[in-house]
Amino acid sequence: MSDLKTETPVSGPRIGESAPRPDGVPKVNGSFAFSSDLWHKNMLWGGTLRSPFPSARITRLDITEALLIDGVQAVLTHEDVPGQNLYGLEHADQPVMAEEIIRYEGEPVAIVAADHPEIVRRALNAIQVEYEEMAPLTDPELAEETDFIHPDGNLIRRINLRHGDQEVQGEIQVEGIYEVGMQDQAFLGPESGLAVPGEDGGVDLYISTQWLHADRSQVASCLGLEEERVRITLAGVGGAFGAREDLSLHVHLCMLAMRTNRAVKMIYSREESFHGHVHRHPAKMWYRHHADSKGNLLRVEAKVLLDGGAYASSSGAVIANATCFAAGPYRIPSADIEGVVVRTNNPPCGAMRGFGAVQTCVGHEAQMDKLARALNMDPVEIRIKNALKPGDKLLTGQTITGTAPVAEVIQTCAEHTSTCQESTDPMSLPGGAGRTADPEHISRGEAIAVGFKNLMFSEGFDDFSSALCQLENGVATITCACAEVGQGFVTLAQQITREILGVEEVILAPAATQTVGSAGSTSASRQTWMSGGAVQKACEEVRVKLLEKLAVEHQVDIDNLVLVDGQVTSLNEDFTISLEEATSEPLEARVEYRHAPTFPLDENGQGDAHVSFAFSAHKAVVDVDPELGLVKVVELITSQDVGRLLNPLQAVGQLEGGAAQGLGLAVMEEVLVTEGNIRNASFTDYLIPTALDMPPVEIAAIIEQPEPGAPFGAKGIGEPPSISSTAAVVAAIREATNLELPRVPVRFTDIVSVEED
Amino acid sequence: MPVTVARSLDDALSALEEHPNALILAGGTDVMVEVNKGTRPVEQVISIGRVPELQDWEHEGDWLHLGAAVTYTELMGEELSSLVPALAQAARTVGSPQIRNAGTIGGNLGTSSPAGDTLPALFALNAILTIRSKTTVKEVPIDEFITGVKSNSLNPGELIEKIRVPVLEGPQEFCKIGPRNAMVISVASFTLLTDHQEKQVKSCLGTVGPVPIRPTEAEDFISGEVNWEQNTVRPEVLDNFAALCSSAARPIDDHRGSAAYRRHAIRVLSRRAASRVFSEEIS
Repeated sequence: MSDLKTETPVSGPRIGESAPRPDGVPKVNGSFAFSSDLWHKNMLWGGTLRSPFPSARITRLDITEALLIDGVQAVLTHEDVPGQNLYGLEHADQPVMAEEIIRYEGEPVAIVAADHPEIVRRALNAIQVEYEEMAPLTDPELAEETDFIHPDGNLIRRINLRHGDQEVQGEIQVEGIYEVGMQDQAFLGPESGLAVPGEDGGVDLYISTQWLHADRSQVASCLGLEEERVRITLAGVGGAFGAREDLSLHVHLCMLAMRTNRAVKMIYSREESFHGHVHRHPAKMWYRHHADSKGNLLRVEAKVLLDGGAYASSSGAVIANATCFAAGPYRIPSADIEGVVVRTNNPPCGAMRGFGAVQTCVGHEAQMDKLARALNMDPVEIRIKNALKPGDKLLTGQTITGTAPVAEVIQTCAEHTSTCQESTDPMSLPGGAGRTADPEHISRGEAIAVGFKNLMFSEGFDDFSSALCQLENGVATITCACAEVGQGFVTLAQQITREILGVEEVILAPAATQTVGSAGSTSASRQTWMSGGAVQKACEEVRVKLLEKLAVEHQVDIDNLVLVDGQVTSLNEDFTISLEEATSEPLEARVEYRHAPTFPLDENGQGDAHVSFAFSAHKAVVDVDPELGLVKVVELITSQDVGRLLNPLQAVGQLEGGAAQGLGLAVMEEVLVTEGNIRNASFTDYLIPTALDMPPVEIAAIIEQPEPGAPFGAKGIGEPPSISSTAAVVAAIREATNLELPRVPVRFTDIVSVEED
Repeated sequence: MPVTVARSLDDALSALEEHPNALILAGGTDVMVEVNKGTRPVEQVISIGRVPELQDWEHEGDWLHLGAAVTYTELMGEELSSLVPALAQAARTVGSPQIRNAGTIGGNLGTSSPAGDTLPALFALNAILTIRSKTTVKEVPIDEFITGVKSNSLNPGELIEKIRVPVLEGPQEFCKIGPRNAMVISVASFTLLTDHQEKQVKSCLGTVGPVPIRPTEAEDFISGEVNWEQNTVRPEVLDNFAALCSSAARPIDDHRGSAAYRRHAIRVLSRRAASRVFSEEIS
């Protein structure tokens, strides 16, 4: 029955049609309410006192002076944390507020609620803290041989993946060491939220986040409350990209609201935000690739070291991805990959778009180019020759049972002809508005890269989403706790509902913990599949209930009933009823949706740990001014495996945005950390691409091969664009300069040697 | 904090006489960053953004008079960019369109940052500032006004009223390096002006010292070597000019760039700017 289709579309976009975002225009004209715009009568303002040192012992903490300031309503420290003073996504290892030991610069020490933000600022200044500074552990390579900086030890996770015959040696071997700097998600809406004390002794929290229910269980545990008494509602999210998976001000806000019995609002400043969320793990990677003389990959050896910073966050899952996908989407019979993530006194690192696969793509793609050079082969040819296809095994021993159009993404991307012209205007050359170059100073390079990663959560995690569908008077209401962070669930849920129920009007209830079960995280490119799947399943159940009810009430053959354009019609009998009339009595279905089960990795990193994979390729064309070390990316071409395209407009947005983030990592985005201190915690100095840095994205091909088992055959598409784009840009810079450039982002002093001056 | 919104120059000067240490606010593009960060305590603000006298500019004979509240966007306009091209090009490199609509040339002078984008062009032009208080008025050459990193000779009770620069005959160039193609703080910049009447090259180095640096030795050298009839120069002169400019730089290492790179950049930029302005003689 689920194959039945309505013949005439009701108005409003359905599956496969471009659906403009309902929040698009309000976000552009300023009328969209972000979490920082929340307001409550008689509310207080909150603030956080943070450690200026990355490693220290608190020897004195005195809040007396701060409490005496007129208008200060509460000053709280770790002693006031009602429940467990620890939280974390994978392990509860991070204090709500530091007790004695400071493990990173910016670690929260005390929190304040006051009548006005200026009074908050004064109160924070009036708190007296004395620190005994300690030498920070900042070199991840020394972490395992240094004294523990945390009771859980300095090793967060080590994976030794061994696949196939370990004795294999290739006739051709290439080796390299690569580094990736610390990238920030650089969302525009800083951490912000509002907590309102509940009459039941609980609390209502309105916040921008990626996973409401995971927040709830952590917040409840820190507050010492039953989960039911912590109610979390999604507030307007100003971007996420992984940076909102961990708690930030959640517990602080609730503690202040419960202590003062008043609503409390808090907004991080931009500088504070850089200390308030996790970043992308910096990576150091060693690779040795073995191939035969025809260019067939035989074996890959690699060591991947990620700096996890002070707390575990999602580091364990990130290193699993970095290890499993370390060698890229290629068929490789033998591998020895060591993946290690360690604890240091650097800023904590965790989830960011691409999640471990971005760093290793920089490494494996540089290796493929080296191999092509060593074999005197075309870089496209060697990639296609070794491309994974359905039925092949991954390094984890898992057989790909779904679609894997790897050769297709490479081929279409490589064949797409560049449309960009030679530039003559200095503004369009490297240096941009600074007009530093003329055409004769420029050398151009072009290169391709391919990458992939898993969709959804892996390694046996019980990954599910929940949805409620209610149909009454011809109007469908969908309730799902899926966090809309810009990925497009709000349009997709309506498209799916229209597709299945033939209704025009679809209401999306607020995403909240108190109305529906968990939707899981808006990350891992998983919500289209997971919450899309939950909405699909809930709608299907409602449709069946409706048709069964009508068949009985009106004595018609259920198999011939169809939902057409707001009406239920029989194909072979004289029966038609409007949906509005047919659903005057409400119908509803509440469902949980799970993807196929996954399994843990064994001691050799082997196992069916993942569900599905998505692939992308980028070709970058760059202009470089080798004498000044300046770069302008003039074109980005991409092909992507999407399973099936559900919302073309949104897909283009994801492909463009992800490529921009990848370009940023290639040429400018880096959180600069010296001795554990962030030196560029601002958008003045943490640079992201402007319109003069980001070229138009040319989509060579969107490969639609429906993925078995996926709702509508659609794969998640959010992460791949940020995986292969970085590697393509840096490879193109190598082509233009003939330099090795083993590190991203590429800085001007990596291109120009200044010693000679 | 009390804010006085001045509607005329006299308004502003009277308010300033009453509150000599007040913060003078025009576009606010520098000041508000510090205020928001909490690093600039503010007791009293005098807003001069709506003072008509400060927003005007006038071309009079060989001189251009720019009101202190002329914005970067106005400097980039057709008329001003034909009169002082280097200043217009420098203005184009400031921030984003929104910042350029709000930020002013007087504000760039008041902030006196080593990375101030319009300052090198103003140094090369030997700009003269009119400094006014309720009771006094004086003219101060720019190199006496800017005294160090973020410091200047403006006294309490005074404001910058206008800036006077010569309109020169001959091409001008401004180039600036940053780690991004737009909207970026300068790592190094170079300004080059030609004065065909006086047969002189004037130039200035930006962001490679506490204040903008005039490489006078380099200027004198190239001015004497240029064939002013043909507007040409021998290639080795360009090389020497670049080397002299580079050796005049006094850069520091910071998180935006190393001293060695900055010195190198000045050599490259000065040679490129000069070869845009003069054709190379083929020997």
